[in-house]
Amino acid sequence: MRVNFTVNGRPQEADDVWEGESLLYVLRERLGLPGSKNACEQGECGSCTVRLDGVPVCSCLVAAGQVEGREVVTVEGLADYARQRAEGGCTTGACGTSLQNAQQWEAKGTDSQTGEGTELSPIQQAFIDAGAVQCGFCTPGLLVAADEMLERNPNPTDADIREALSGNLCRCTGYEKIMDAVRLAAARQSEEV
Amino acid sequence: MDFLRPASWEEALAAKAEHPTAVPIAGGTDVMVEINFDHRRPEYLMDLNRIGELSEWEVGEESVRLGASVPYTKIMEHLRAELPGLALASHTVASPQIRNRGGVGGNLGTASPAGDAHPALLAAGAEVEVESVRGSRRIPIDAFYTGVKRNALAADELIRAVHVKKADGPQQFSKVGTRNAMVIAVCAFGLALHPETRTVRTGIGSAAPTPVRAKAAEEFLNAALEEGGFWDNGKIITPSVAKQFADLCSAACNPIDDVRGTASYRRHAVGVMARRTLTWTWESYRGAGRTAYRKGGAA
Repeated sequence: MRVNFTVNGRPQEADDVWEGESLLYVLRERLGLPGSKNACEQGECGSCTVRLDGVPVCSCLVAAGQVEGREVVTVEGLADYARQRAEGGCTTGACGTSLQNAQQWEAKGTDSQTGEGTELSPIQQAFIDAGAVQCGFCTPGLLVAADEMLERNPNPTDADIREALSGNLCRCTGYEKIMDAVRLAAARQSEEV
Repeated sequence: MDFLRPASWEEALAAKAEHPTAVPIAGGTDVMVEINFDHRRPEYLMDLNRIGELSEWEVGEESVRLGASVPYTKIMEHLRAELPGLALASHTVASPQIRNRGGVGGNLGTASPAGDAHPALLAAGAEVEVESVRGSRRIPIDAFYTGVKRNALAADELIRAVHVKKADGPQQFSKVGTRNAMVIAVCAFGLALHPETRTVRTGIGSAAPTPVRAKAAEEFLNAALEEGGFWDNGKIITPSVAKQFADLCSAACNPIDDVRGTASYRRHAVGVMARRTLTWTWESYRGAGRTAYRKGGAA
């Protein structure tokens, strides 16, 4: 079947989708967006977290056909999404992230250590600055979940952060650096206001 | 596999009548796991997300009509006063991502003994509104669970809503698992005090082939509370009464040994949770709220 939906603010069309296929599979294998990771396939690990109509969900548990006509934001579109949010919405004609840009998106820039030269969302920059990334596999899901929490709750307590990230497993860092990163992003966000 | 996309409830009923083997999918948090792991290959998958009314709720005089697909997150955020037991249980479901998608209709459809909503529904008192092209009926929650992952639905029926009685007294929910988040219950316990009728109701999860009430324990406690004038004098519940209640709750279990825990552990833990939730709810009843409850409103 064919599925039409919005990915990172741009209309997309996926063809030859199997009826039992997940949104995660469509994103990775049909649209070439491998940022959302495939691990447990049962909603336990959160590494496939995307936003569906603004709400964080495990994309492995959404049937492809269920996203017809709906809006998805993936980690590849997070930097643009955060920028447009900060600007108070879509101010120019070209909003969101094109599929090609999303496919090529990397947090590399001119300096892969600091992320300099790439446009990053505040949460992505905070993850780099706090050293919250090791193998990086859980990072996309954590970024999407943490960004959504900061949008909802700009001054989170540690308990709020832990709860918001309780559906995302990391097997390297032990979470402390991740907590640091989210606290850092929250602090920077409140300085700006 | 065919993907059915009914745009209205009537279309969904017609599709279910035409294809009784169609598997309804709403939050997908159970169905997609089975498909991802190749445990299930339904002939028809029927998406219910396009039917907006299933994600809505109405607060009535006596009860809340909760649409089958209202996500747990909404129950936690909006129905804590009306349905405190269910709101607490909802908060223990998996993770934010899962709570944003999953709802009570799916819990009932799957009818796993470990479903988190069941003890709260049993304790509060609820009816499941199901419908087919043949008509609509309400199944009392006590008659809904018929076996391990089996329920009273006919092949052509869909769950439309759950009618849960609004709390008229304190309610609690307790769950045992290895950690706080992302955990399936080893066992769970729900308790609701109903000061209006001077009764208590219980719900036990994951400690029998189906979610069950501890009816003998309820009868014992109802009699003990009445006899001691507890509802009026608001005294602390006698430890011997609490112990007997806990023992009877344990006795209501019919658990199995499995990877999550042994049968004897489950029996023991249900007793502990029964005693604790009784203490919590009774303390709350004895506190500032008692006068309000006696007047008949959960102020």
